Amino acid sequence: MLRRRINLLFGGDEKRVDSRTIYVGHRPCPATEAFIPPKFCDNRIVSSKYTIWNFLPKNLFEQFRRIANFYFLIIFLVQVIVDTPTSPVTSGLPLFFVITVTAIKQGYEDWLRHKADYEVNKYPVIVLEDGRSIRKESEKIKVGDIVEVVEDETFPCDLILLQSTRDDDTCFVTTASLDGESNHKTHYTVPDTEKDLQSLNATIECEQPQPDLYKFVGRMHIYKTDQEPAVRSLGPENLLLKGATLKNTKKIYGVAVYTGMETKMALNYQGKSQKRSAVEKSINAFLLVYLCILISKAVVCTTLKYVWQSQDGQDEPWYNEKTQKEKDTYVYLKMFTDFLSFMVLFNFIIPVSMYVTVEMQKFLGSFFITWDKDFFDPEIQEGALVNTSDLNEELGQVEYVFTDKTGTLTQNNMEYIECCIDGFQYRNSDSMSELDGFCVTDGPVSKLQQKAGRDKEELFLRALCLCHTVQVKEAGPDEIDSDQVDGLVSELSQPDEQRGFIASSPDEVALVKGAMKHGFTFLGLENKSMKIRNRENNVELYDLLHVLNFDPVRRRMSVIVRSKSGETLLFCKGADSSIFPRVRQEEVDRIRMHVERNATEGYRTLCVAYKQLSPEEFAVADAGLRDARLALQDREEKLMAVYNQVETSMSLIGATAVEDRLQEEAAETMEALQGAGMKVWVLTGDKMETAKSTCYACRLFQRGTELLELTVRTLEDGGRKREERLHELLLDYHKKAVQDAPPVKAGVTRSWSTANQEYGFIVDGATLSLVMNPSPDTNSSRYKSLFLQICQNCTAVLCCRMAPLQKAQIVKMVKNSKGSPITLSIGDGANDVSMILEAHVGIGIKGKEGRQAVRNSDYAIPKLKHLKKLLLAHGHLYYVRIAHLVQYFFYKNLCFILPQFLYQFFCGYSQQPLYDAAYLTMYNICFTSMPILAFSLLEQHIAIEYLLDNATLYREIAKNAMLKWGPFLYWTVLGIFQGLLFFFGVKYLFSNPALQDNGQVFGNWSYGTIVFTVLVFTVTLKLALDTRHWTWINHFVIWGSLAFYVFFSFFWGGIIWPFLKQQRLYFVFANMLSSVSAWLVIILLILLSLLPDILLMVFRKPRGPHARQLSEGSLLQTARSLPSPRCPTSI
Amino acid sequence: MSKPLKKISLTKLLHQNKNKWSFIKLRQFYQSLEKILKETCSYAELCTNNGHWLDYTGTEMNSSCFSCSSVKPDCVCELTFSFSQLFEGPVFFYYGLSNYYQNYRQYGVSKDANQLSGDTTYFLSPQDTCSPYQYDSSGKPIVPCGSIANSKFNDTFKLYLMVNGVKTLVPFDGKGIAWWTDYNVKYRNPATVNGSLAKAFDGTVKPPNWPKPAYELDPSDAANNGFVNQDFLVWMRRAALPNFRKLYGRITGGDYSQGLPAGNYTLQINYNYPVVNFKGTKKVIFSNVSWMGGKNEFLGLAYLVIGCLCVVMAIVMLIVYAKYKFSDDDDMQ
Repeated sequence: MLRRRINLLFGGDEKRVDSRTIYVGHRPCPATEAFIPPKFCDNRIVSSKYTIWNFLPKNLFEQFRRIANFYFLIIFLVQVIVDTPTSPVTSGLPLFFVITVTAIKQGYEDWLRHKADYEVNKYPVIVLEDGRSIRKESEKIKVGDIVEVVEDETFPCDLILLQSTRDDDTCFVTTASLDGESNHKTHYTVPDTEKDLQSLNATIECEQPQPDLYKFVGRMHIYKTDQEPAVRSLGPENLLLKGATLKNTKKIYGVAVYTGMETKMALNYQGKSQKRSAVEKSINAFLLVYLCILISKAVVCTTLKYVWQSQDGQDEPWYNEKTQKEKDTYVYLKMFTDFLSFMVLFNFIIPVSMYVTVEMQKFLGSFFITWDKDFFDPEIQEGALVNTSDLNEELGQVEYVFTDKTGTLTQNNMEYIECCIDGFQYRNSDSMSELDGFCVTDGPVSKLQQKAGRDKEELFLRALCLCHTVQVKEAGPDEIDSDQVDGLVSELSQPDEQRGFIASSPDEVALVKGAMKHGFTFLGLENKSMKIRNRENNVELYDLLHVLNFDPVRRRMSVIVRSKSGETLLFCKGADSSIFPRVRQEEVDRIRMHVERNATEGYRTLCVAYKQLSPEEFAVADAGLRDARLALQDREEKLMAVYNQVETSMSLIGATAVEDRLQEEAAETMEALQGAGMKVWVLTGDKMETAKSTCYACRLFQRGTELLELTVRTLEDGGRKREERLHELLLDYHKKAVQDAPPVKAGVTRSWSTANQEYGFIVDGATLSLVMNPSPDTNSSRYKSLFLQICQNCTAVLCCRMAPLQKAQIVKMVKNSKGSPITLSIGDGANDVSMILEAHVGIGIKGKEGRQAVRNSDYAIPKLKHLKKLLLAHGHLYYVRIAHLVQYFFYKNLCFILPQFLYQFFCGYSQQPLYDAAYLTMYNICFTSMPILAFSLLEQHIAIEYLLDNATLYREIAKNAMLKWGPFLYWTVLGIFQGLLFFFGVKYLFSNPALQDNGQVFGNWSYGTIVFTVLVFTVTLKLALDTRHWTWINHFVIWGSLAFYVFFSFFWGGIIWPFLKQQRLYFVFANMLSSVSAWLVIILLILLSLLPDILLMVFRKPRGPHARQLSEGSLLQTARSLPSPRCPTSI
Repeated sequence: MSKPLKKISLTKLLHQNKNKWSFIKLRQFYQSLEKILKETCSYAELCTNNGHWLDYTGTEMNSSCFSCSSVKPDCVCELTFSFSQLFEGPVFFYYGLSNYYQNYRQYGVSKDANQLSGDTTYFLSPQDTCSPYQYDSSGKPIVPCGSIANSKFNDTFKLYLMVNGVKTLVPFDGKGIAWWTDYNVKYRNPATVNGSLAKAFDGTVKPPNWPKPAYELDPSDAANNGFVNQDFLVWMRRAALPNFRKLYGRITGGDYSQGLPAGNYTLQINYNYPVVNFKGTKKVIFSNVSWMGGKNEFLGLAYLVIGCLCVVMAIVMLIVYAKYKFSDDDDMQ
């Protein structure tokens, strides 16, 4: 801290390596010792990963880094090297297929990137060189070049704006392609640069490239002959980012500071860290189990083989003599190759195609969210957006929902309600007929029909008009619609004043409009002077000297203006907590009551204060601000310090109340989420009272909910040390909520409407930081776990006065708590980004506060109400689908390979495959892949309407219920049962292998084909039994797959294939079908293996949880829809 | 043993004694199950299990083939048996081997499909998979090469019916015992050289275990000679399980088209094929075939059991349904 002060005082600019010096126009500067042209990277953008030459090796390397692919590669290599039962083709072909498809997809994506890169890199730009404009390719721009950009062009690299054709030295840009915000942003030229860029002699010192789009610190030294070099500070408002587009400005000149891969856009290009879903962890666990099964099968077979061979006469019967090579092979080596052979034979139990199917399911499945018409919002003409398809099923597993308040629970559509000036309340009546209605129509609501003095009134209204960063929208005819999307709140209703206001926060617009209703109109900012029209329709001009920007830590903003009369005024507005300590206490007492009452009504309140600056005071403040703005390091901190210095000893003039309406169906959505067993936490930067009332309005807190409060207020109640009080309260609450509460059974049985006492927990930012970062001397590391336990036992938790980072901290704490619950964050603003990134699933709302949240989210929805369907319907269904997909895949491969394993016992453990190579290869690729893919995309085991109506259904799949070991065991047992049935059923049939009516005998390939036919039909029909929601696609793929199997078998066995060494399946299938016995056994075995499922279906239906709730749900519905007269008669 | 029981009609039994009937039925069921699960039969006489069969391995001292089981080739032994009533035809005659692993993998690949499809270019250089029956000790290629062909079953059978003390030959029809596609498409003889099949095999030797080369398998019938010899084709279609049977011939000729009449029979066996050293057994099977294929007790039993199960379940479910339905009605009232 001390060092910062010192730096502040001395302008602290020690040279650091992490800044770069740029010579504008490559002109050497007199001041610097020697002109060393610094080396920077060129302006070539390389977003592509591969070149033609390295594509194959690099792509293959990356693909085989995946453990599954590597495993299959090993199996393939074993097959190539060792004499194995199946040809390398059987595992090589699927692997090749998977690798090729992935490579093609990645190659195509890379080709698109190449194309885009080429377009960007070859784009012609105009560069000023030695007084001439030279056309260059974009990639040839070097740092220090002066670049000309005309209207509607994108900037080829990051530029410092030197000159604009606009009169006021500004230019407008949109950054739609960078962060999605389509409003126009104003950027400023470096002040006092020469008009003639040729004679400009300057260097720019700025920080090394960093990815934050909204941060830039730099300094420009301008050297003029015979003068001291002038220094100008550079900020993000001077920087034009590559990728942004110039608007409303004919032409600008700028000097390139960051080029190519060092531009902020390129630095931001590196994708977000991958989020992995819990389902994948389950898959990996199951894979491990199956790997163990596989290895133990191979070990068992190898062992038994040698035990069996040790018996007399079994090793080498005369009809099957060994080759000389075999005889010579060392026995342990033989054992090892036998083991490998068995591995190869059984390796199909681990399905290569499952990964492909899961990927495809996720990729295609995400389209259903994008396409959902219910998510379409007519207001913004947009639907949902899916940024990550990896997390679809995670939506069905959410246990904690962290929601922002402003813009998420509420509409962030601010409406000015009332103000309070000097303790007198002014409520605006709804009638807008009288234009100057402030005095006439607005009666104070308070019983005292009194008003503040006119001076105070006008001062207050002027403050409202001046203390903001609102811009007046120039109503260009073509821009009205485009800007309505973002930022622009509304046009004024007056036809003669087609103007709108653009502001970073809607509160400001609401306040400016509120002032307008009271007769003070903000006309705009011109040449650093603000124009307002007062009640007498006179235009007043104020010079805008400084804007002390708003930030969430200070929670206030100020302006310093100079009126025409020469007074220097500071207006400050901000949250009561940040204003009250800085004004005189007697003023506070008059206004506090109003503020608190407004807050409990759910309004957002802001206090307005002012201060008259003496010229001396101003000079000090001015110098401090300028110094701080020039600082290269710690600029933020320095600025903050100056702000805090300036904003003291103000006088409070009033407070405003702005209403933020609840989102549509916010209460219903929250109720549904709680009903689904999710815990909803509201994390907001807002005041406690406001947030609390919002929570009540959203029914997060109900009338019966007992609120446990852990805020600064309660901590200071006892008048003791905060830490002690905190300790006491925590223990007290813990006793109440955790120890005394009846033991909560697993989510399924607990209903949200039980008579249990419900607790709501309220904590504020300051207290939270006490809990999270306890002072080291106290033995308070327990606080965190106590706090967490209390929170987990409360139905709703409200965290108010949160800084963005604290939000993420809370999410992280819950995420890492016991049982690692799945968390979801939903928010709409930049302050929610940290928690959106932190949570397992991040959801952005396409709200009014820009697109940052949407950009960083995994899913974006237009409105809060869509969350209900996203979780309860889509999330639930995707979870069930993918769980079924995974279980089914393991099951179908188990009963595929089990007969082959059993066959080893009857073929002398000789690794004789039961099925033909074609069947082995095609089983997972063609015969059984499509039905499960279609199922996993389209299945709705419970209709969406029911899911939405009965939120409790969501509890049934909580905690990864369908991928627990129980269901896994069920599927495994089913697979084993069916595998045994297939094998032994056919084996007993083959006790007399003469199956044809002409007495001819079937051989081993017929055996395998019968087993395989039963297998394919059973596995497919099992899926058909599981399918609850039949579409034509399901019908097509299920019956189509079976038909394809039959067709393929005929085809494969119907021709002598010239490329095959052995025609072992020649006419096997056709002969099989000509045998009535084979038909009978196939039908019998299919029925028998499906019997458990059919029985389960029949017996489960009347008792199963699904059916009961469904019927209850429908009963309730009918009861609700029916008028009640039946009830009395029935009694 | 169970035959007389079968004759009593079920309805009669039902009337007589309900409990007894179910007991008998159970016992019968158990015996059938035992028969299916155990394929051996201790009787020296004909065993009935998926057809009538007769073990002739000759491991037992009192068996007439006992002497042959240890003695080298061309040993002849005779077995006698009788049918007490007409064994309805058409009767199929199978030979069966047990503990014989024709489905052994290395054994299964030990053949050259190109040779067998009559491609003479592969006659002089058989596939490596045929090893150790690829070349003989003098380096000459073996045709047909490989273990399967080499181990072709070479016992021959002659069946005599004793009519008035006179042996009359019951002819076996060896045609059409192999798959039509094997006989007509998959296996082809090499093109004859100067009208002689033997010349096509020039430069090759017969498999070591064969008494005569392939082109002399059936010199009397060109359509049954060489690679398209039906016995050879039957052998080449590998059995699925270590206990298997293969079709030897049909008894359809003349007097026997109705089946084998009651009487005493003698089976004369040319005992060549060694099985004792790998603990195998050999047997012959007389079986008749219906439209469903060969006699298979498993299938019938399985359907019976499953059918009963389904009926029981149907009744249970009916009861359950009725109960639930009534309780629903109660609720409604």
